[in-house]
Amino acid sequence: MRPDLWRSISLLSSTGAHTRLGRRSLLGLGAALTGSLALGPKQGNAEPSPASPPADAPWSQSIGPGVVDRPYGRPADTEAGVIRRNVPWLTAGTESSISFSPLQDLHGIITPNGLFFERYHAGRPDVDPEQHRLMIHGLVERPLLLSMKDIVRFPSVTRIHFIECPANGGMEWRAAQLNSLQFNHGMISCAEWTGVRLSTLLEEVGIKKEAKWVMVEGADGAHMNRSLPLDKCLDDCLVVYAQNGEALRPEQGYPLRLVVPGWEGNVSIKWLRRIKLGDKPWHSREETSKYTDLMPDGTSRGFTWLIDAKSVITFPCPEKPLDRPGLYEIRGLAWTGNGKVKRVDVSTDGGVNWQSARLHEPVLSKALTKFTIPWRWDGAPALLESRVIDETGYVQPTIAQLRKQRGTNSVYHNNSIQTWQVKGDGSVFDVQLG
Amino acid sequence: MSSSVKHLALLCAGIVAAAGTFAYAAEPGHPGYYGYGERATPEQIAGWDIDARGEDGVGLPAGRGGVIRGSEVYAEQCAACHGTFGEGEGRFPKLVGGAGTLRHDRPELTVGSYWPFAPTLWDYINRAMPMAAPHTLSADDVYALTAYILNLNDIVSSEFVADRESLPKVKMPNRDNFLWTDPRPDTAAKPCMSACVDPAGVKIVSTAEGKNLTPRTTGPLDTMLAK
Repeated sequence: MRPDLWRSISLLSSTGAHTRLGRRSLLGLGAALTGSLALGPKQGNAEPSPASPPADAPWSQSIGPGVVDRPYGRPADTEAGVIRRNVPWLTAGTESSISFSPLQDLHGIITPNGLFFERYHAGRPDVDPEQHRLMIHGLVERPLLLSMKDIVRFPSVTRIHFIECPANGGMEWRAAQLNSLQFNHGMISCAEWTGVRLSTLLEEVGIKKEAKWVMVEGADGAHMNRSLPLDKCLDDCLVVYAQNGEALRPEQGYPLRLVVPGWEGNVSIKWLRRIKLGDKPWHSREETSKYTDLMPDGTSRGFTWLIDAKSVITFPCPEKPLDRPGLYEIRGLAWTGNGKVKRVDVSTDGGVNWQSARLHEPVLSKALTKFTIPWRWDGAPALLESRVIDETGYVQPTIAQLRKQRGTNSVYHNNSIQTWQVKGDGSVFDVQLG
Repeated sequence: MSSSVKHLALLCAGIVAAAGTFAYAAEPGHPGYYGYGERATPEQIAGWDIDARGEDGVGLPAGRGGVIRGSEVYAEQCAACHGTFGEGEGRFPKLVGGAGTLRHDRPELTVGSYWPFAPTLWDYINRAMPMAAPHTLSADDVYALTAYILNLNDIVSSEFVADRESLPKVKMPNRDNFLWTDPRPDTAAKPCMSACVDPAGVKIVSTAEGKNLTPRTTGPLDTMLAK
């Protein structure tokens, strides 16, 4: 967030800037809107901003900035609070850390590129696409070096898939801790990806018959690497250069990343530079000391790639409380790494009774799915929950059911039902039920 | 070009054209069908082929390093974040300790208590450390650091010299405690629709309210620090 933008927003609301803007000359108005600092504090006479009926608004009685005033568009200044956020106390620094998408302010199933959650292991590299190369080697017939131009020439595919960090919700294993939709669930985002099937590239280099595993590696300082079974690579993995219709953002791996649909986000290696085929997994640090799940008996599960079915109510939520009793639409998102969402049920009484919500098209495989259900809130305290069932019949568990199997120290893959407590005043809190 | 050679060339071109629109007879899915890019040379591959496998150490390079040299490199390159003896500074990872804590309420996951394979340590230091200048240490120094950190964890003696032969033979204490096949689904919830639980039993046992752990979600980014 640029600090100057915050200043301009507070000025807009506190000094009636809109009214003054209406009196400005045409050229002056453009300058004021494009350069927020033009709204300096020296303009004194605070007056109400009667831009609502019956008054005609100042922006209705003036002319706005023209085309290419913002050659690359950006959100309205008043949306400045809709940003990725981090939990500063969670990690030693921001270079090996995570940020969370503001799910409470998003609509639909696509995450805007600037709000897609971030996970770095060595900060965000700024890669020169001219010099970037993808090397494919190991147990292959013809090791290859591909430039970005080469990669874009291959037959292209476009798919919508979510990416979720398996640590999403990881702070809640022990107890309810963070009173926030963004911080409890914001390590998930969903985009339309365009690129080439990994299978196309692997067929082009020729897979030797001994090859069973694939190591993928990034060009970042962590040289982040993971092992993947060859079968998954040939099934539905994509090597992508575009996200929601434009080039990948640097935060998402520009100029090239892997997308492993339905599997934990860290295997979707960003800034992808190397693919090596082998006969065994590599057991890299990121699949042994991290991204393994410690069980109560002291054993650990490794290679737990799948994202199990999960859902969450995105309205209401702690960030978006209820205003007053009346009719509301409960809204939420559901997803599963196992294919499509089949059904989402919603409870307003802490899981005693459930009603099936409406799923909104498109319902895509390994993508976010939107659900809604109308709810007349009578002003009484309520406990809201959603529960997804995916096309395999798997039912999203409660945190108690997960704890019974995995204890409280497994960090990853908490896909439990979220409970939101609605109080009589409409405020909403993150709670867990016994 | 003689007329007979030219004739032959034209004939060949005609045969290719008759075979179809594509320049090559190969089908899609055949190696080299597209023909894009360039063959990676052994020199190019050698520069990027940095991985060493954890379980058997395949990929470990030539070179060697011992504990004493490791302690020197460590003091210079690692101690600022990981602590003089691997105890970790601030929220940077501890490298040492935690033996026997994996079943505890607050387990300590370190190289010594958790990591299953010693060559993984070489691979990770080599590819990702030191954090501000990754992949800048010599193979010998990475071996030395590996030896030193293993020694800090009492896994090898101070005489230990790490190289491509010795590292795969180091048995890490937690090596046999990993299950490498995913046992999920490990829950079998039922999609009950009504009177699923006793309403009297529905109780809030935990709330985030008042815990003061949540950064703000409006306005500028929060800077709240560790509690």
